[in-house]
Amino acid sequence: MTYIPISPNEREAMLKTIGVQTLDDLFQDVPEKYRFPKLDLPPALTEMEAAQYLQELASLNETVHGDLISFLGAGMYNHYIPAVVDHILRRGEFYTAYTPYQPEISQGTLQAIFEYQSLMCALTGMEVSNASHYDGATAAAEAINMAYAVFRGKRKKVVISPTVHPQYRAVIRTYTQGMELELAGDDARADLEAAPEFLTNHIDANTLLAIVQYPDFFGRIYDYTKLIEEAHGKGALVCVVANPIALAILKTPGEMGADIVVGEGQPLGIPMWFGGPSLGFFTTRKTYVHKMAGRLVGETVDNRGQRAYVLTLTAREQHIKRERATSNICTNQGLMALASAVYLSVMGRAGLRQVAELCYHKAHYAAEILSQIPGYGLCFSDPFFHEFSLCCPKPVAEINAHLLEHGILGGYDLSQDYPSLPNHMLIAVTEMNTKEEIDLLAEILAEVNHD
Amino acid sequence: MTETLTPKVVEPTLFELSSPGRIGVTMPEPDVPKADLPPAHLLRSDLPLPELAEVDVVRHYLRLSQFNYSVDGGFYPLGSCTMKYNPKINEDTCRLPGFLYTHPLQPIETVQGNLELMYLLQEWLKEISGFAAVSLQPAAGAHGELTGVLIMRAYHKSRGDHKRIKMLIPDSAHGTNPASSGMIGLQVVQIPSDARGNVDLNALKAACDDAVVGLMLTNPNTLGLFDENIEEVIRVVHECGGLVYGDGANLNALLGIVRPGDLGFDVMHFNLHKTFSVPHGGGGPGSGPIGVAAHLADFLPEPIVGILEEDDEETPPLFGFIRPAKSIGRIKAFYGHFGGGMVRAFTYIAMHGAEGLKQVAQHAVLNANYLLARLRGSYRVPYDRICMHEFVVEGRFEGSDLRALDISKRLMDYNFHPPTNYFPLIVPEALMIEPTETENKATLDAFADAMIQIAEEARTNPDLLRAAPHNTLFGRMDEVRAARELVLCCWLPEDYSKPLTDEQPASLGER
Repeated sequence: MTYIPISPNEREAMLKTIGVQTLDDLFQDVPEKYRFPKLDLPPALTEMEAAQYLQELASLNETVHGDLISFLGAGMYNHYIPAVVDHILRRGEFYTAYTPYQPEISQGTLQAIFEYQSLMCALTGMEVSNASHYDGATAAAEAINMAYAVFRGKRKKVVISPTVHPQYRAVIRTYTQGMELELAGDDARADLEAAPEFLTNHIDANTLLAIVQYPDFFGRIYDYTKLIEEAHGKGALVCVVANPIALAILKTPGEMGADIVVGEGQPLGIPMWFGGPSLGFFTTRKTYVHKMAGRLVGETVDNRGQRAYVLTLTAREQHIKRERATSNICTNQGLMALASAVYLSVMGRAGLRQVAELCYHKAHYAAEILSQIPGYGLCFSDPFFHEFSLCCPKPVAEINAHLLEHGILGGYDLSQDYPSLPNHMLIAVTEMNTKEEIDLLAEILAEVNHD
Repeated sequence: MTETLTPKVVEPTLFELSSPGRIGVTMPEPDVPKADLPPAHLLRSDLPLPELAEVDVVRHYLRLSQFNYSVDGGFYPLGSCTMKYNPKINEDTCRLPGFLYTHPLQPIETVQGNLELMYLLQEWLKEISGFAAVSLQPAAGAHGELTGVLIMRAYHKSRGDHKRIKMLIPDSAHGTNPASSGMIGLQVVQIPSDARGNVDLNALKAACDDAVVGLMLTNPNTLGLFDENIEEVIRVVHECGGLVYGDGANLNALLGIVRPGDLGFDVMHFNLHKTFSVPHGGGGPGSGPIGVAAHLADFLPEPIVGILEEDDEETPPLFGFIRPAKSIGRIKAFYGHFGGGMVRAFTYIAMHGAEGLKQVAQHAVLNANYLLARLRGSYRVPYDRICMHEFVVEGRFEGSDLRALDISKRLMDYNFHPPTNYFPLIVPEALMIEPTETENKATLDAFADAMIQIAEEARTNPDLLRAAPHNTLFGRMDEVRAARELVLCCWLPEDYSKPLTDEQPASLGER
């Protein structure tokens, strides 16, 4: 079925007004030999059939709500989403609107983005936020574009911690093809137990940006203040890739002196949805606002004296600056930014802290009991937030296969990205995991070692 | 500040609504022993988030939503944006728990439903576009463009052809085309349009040499015109060794009409949020899959979905991820906009089938030509021939200083969203009108009547346009002030208690 509301009679009248006989007459400019191909697609479904078909496909999956107990994180996390979030997102006034290019009739979206920007600044301790990027990985890549523009292309080196998410590092390498940059710091031989200050050895007068993750990919919490000071001593900027839930309790990257804070906003009220759409947040210092990519909402007044909001500094963007724009970004993650703003506003100061503390306490309980199982131990002794690396007696793939038989989605197999960590499992625990689930995980892991 | 009779409709910000101690959500007490928090030097001293009850949040956002114009609320003829109706069933299918609650790193055996859907969507997009391979990974149209230009350059380099540094881009192109090329360090060469709105063939031939990476072409272009020399344009670029990129923003006009791959395009992005009814979400998320011809298939971003084990009598096929042999790499974390983009587009295509999709394009083009026919007498049409899904008129009148902007603002008084204005750049005071196929004749007539009425008002009462909009909740904005004062954040927490005044609050950044 289609959604075309034109009756045959109306169609005839319209064709007559246009001055052609048939619909096909409208396509004379299309080369005849390629015109009207016969598409080999399945027969059209009615809404009822489509609903059933999609339900069948969805039911082929095993979800982390009901089918599987999950300890998988590694960049995407299973958090509770208050009901109110989706109720707001389902308002047609929000989700069927376009980018707010006409501010007089888009104040809802504009104020919501303005508030989102404010919330992200509050969370990260930074001064300005843009209206979003596609995800955490592309936001990190855009941090390089911004830093590159800040130095007008004169600095050519980016230092990346090996404990930045492997997929983020991969995206950065794709994005920077052709920029003739040197990427250093994350080679395979890097010492993964070294304190973050080891990156300082790579930072020099040619370095435009250093990128670290907070908590890092292994879940560890470091205070990057010293590293940032030393990077600034060389004139380089520092970008911190942060987990927004962790920022509810941890010292902000802003307080550490970071120049750019980016990250994946999915934990803030966005379902995992098999990896997307999620939300890339991007915050920085006001000094750099003219070099920042993406849309930006600013406060102003209308001609009736009412406080109102508009897209501002648009001269930075692709539709004005074309090939000289910092980035090509146009469509961003508007509705996902709205989701995170609704989530943060309903969670609020107390609720978000509770979520973060629940994650922290449960992850530490899990670490405590799992590390006591013979053959298992914590790989690192540093403070961690809600994810930790567990050293296992066997390859993680083997252990996870066994866990799956018991309905448990085990942690991320770090050997996929770090050959030097063959039996290392990255375990994520959130407020969604109960004590019983954690105890069951411990029980099955103990079994594995005896097999 | 001028006093007017209009009551103020300002909605306080979340921070202004906040009251210390108010609770929105209470989380359960921990069911495990509490651990010691990290040492104090690793902790933040305060968390300056608003404190609101759930009802405060609901009313706040409901009021904000009422400040928005939307497709659900009315006609949205925004050129090149394809603001078609977004079917409600899509909103339900994309939220099926089986899709919502799957982690992207689960073992493939546990997410065969997701993978089958992605595999079929790849196959369907290939069939619709005539390309040999598709990656669903790009997050939006511009992201697909970036992917495409990276693939084009990687292709040339793989052949040892390192001197290609120029991207040819018509002057009617979307700004993202040159921005995507500039982002990867290519030189942009602008190609003019000819008097009929086609690519100027002579200029194209003159620009084609062995330094050309390719041409980025929107067809139908942003004038809404199908290039009358499309085959020759593509041939000329191919003859100099270049590749042709198709900007799929205007694919709605071509569904079942012609396949870009058949015409000889080498690579194209799809906008699932335009052509395939994924809602625009007030600025995103979009979804910008990319299709390529056979010679570029190995360069697609990783991963794509393939069949790892064929089915047999007892078991279904096993779907999984594949890395194309010469992949440009990963363009995004995980696999693309699965839930918001792919599931909705999949539902849409499944319900339309081949014939339905063709009807979509036919009626999108019918509606555009009907509006063009109705407006021709009142507005100058710079390139006047049968259009595709959209067309461009000049928003100016003989002997008047009124601008496209004034017409756009006045349209709001008639409860229509304005067309795209000031684009494409080659038409002065451009108004770019794309009605889409999901509007009925009565709506189109009402819009045409309003446009004709506004043209009449321009003659008889130009101030009515200059001061428009009048009937909206908000009037024209002081954009200069926004850019000058750069207030980009709400007040700091210590300012919460300050009364709302007309004074400009200080921003976080000025501290």
